[in-house]
Amino acid sequence: MGDEGRDKGGTGGPGTLDAAFFRRWLDAAAALIDEEAERLTALDSAIGDADHGANMRRGFSAVRESLAAEEPASPQAVLALAGRRLVSTVGGASGPLYGTLLRRTGKALGEALGERTDPDRTEFAAALRAGIDAVSALGGAKPGDKTMIDALVPAAEALSTSWEAAAEAAREGAAATVPMRAHKGRASYLGERSEGHEDPGAASAALLLGALADTAGRAGA
Amino acid sequence: MSTGQGGVGLVVVSHSATVAQAVARLAAQLTGSAEDVRIEAAGGTEDGGLGTSADLVVRAAHAVDQGAGVAILADLGSAVLTVKALLADGEELPERSALVDAPLVEGTIAAAVAASAGADLEGVRAAAAEAYDYHKQ
Repeated sequence: MGDEGRDKGGTGGPGTLDAAFFRRWLDAAAALIDEEAERLTALDSAIGDADHGANMRRGFSAVRESLAAEEPASPQAVLALAGRRLVSTVGGASGPLYGTLLRRTGKALGEALGERTDPDRTEFAAALRAGIDAVSALGGAKPGDKTMIDALVPAAEALSTSWEAAAEAAREGAAATVPMRAHKGRASYLGERSEGHEDPGAASAALLLGALADTAGRAGA
Repeated sequence: MSTGQGGVGLVVVSHSATVAQAVARLAAQLTGSAEDVRIEAAGGTEDGGLGTSADLVVRAAHAVDQGAGVAILADLGSAVLTVKALLADGEELPERSALVDAPLVEGTIAAAVAASAGADLEGVRAAAAEAYDYHKQ
């Protein structure tokens, strides 16, 4: 792990989870969401109100612009800014949910790191877990309710193994929502008709974790 | 027990700008003089679409805040979640802001009447929550 530039959050050495790493992750997530927005909307048109792809694209494109303009200098500041932008721009329920996920993860990271700005994967996993708990508390969803939680919880657990394992666990978690009946959000009004469709929120959560694994792979983290 | 000279302010948060404005107007009309109680609508997204804007909610809450607290009423998923996320964050809304657990239309009217009668934030919240007890059958 190189130390150069770490305090500026700019160009940490290979494997450093510095501010630049988190900016690259969210940038990669924005690109992936942009590519997959139509698939997310198609999933949402089956059991929701067909706006998840457009909402996520709008939110993450705003995140991308803000991160480029402000260049926050620590991982926690990157996550806090991104979370706030999602709450203010997404428009749908995924705004406060993803916004809370990123902000609380950032806050937990800040509390764990103190003055440091270079978490390792284990520290990040613990912070992500705190973010996921905050999302559960906000939306009242638990595993099995056919929500983003079904992708996020197994991903956070698999992070102790590797970044790629976490991405894979999120994809499997999203796929596992297909037969579930929704207990939260608009889809829950559909009752048994919500069965047989992948949850769009779990699908977008899998995209975020996929972008994370790609970014970590490139960084050699 | 209000601390400022003014009373509790109300914010109506809906997925739809039209719904929020209509509910706010209805409640203001039913409390008589609209001077008595400040009610702001925060409906839809900033560009006029369906959904919820955290920025509109924050602006509306500051517009009605007179120091005695702000009662926020919300309708569907994203409206409720946005307000809860703002409250959990604890930085942007006025200090004494609360999400009121009540049906939007009936709850807003009950809250407005209570606020216009000088009730404090807890009183406004209780009046709005009672709206759940009026069954229609």
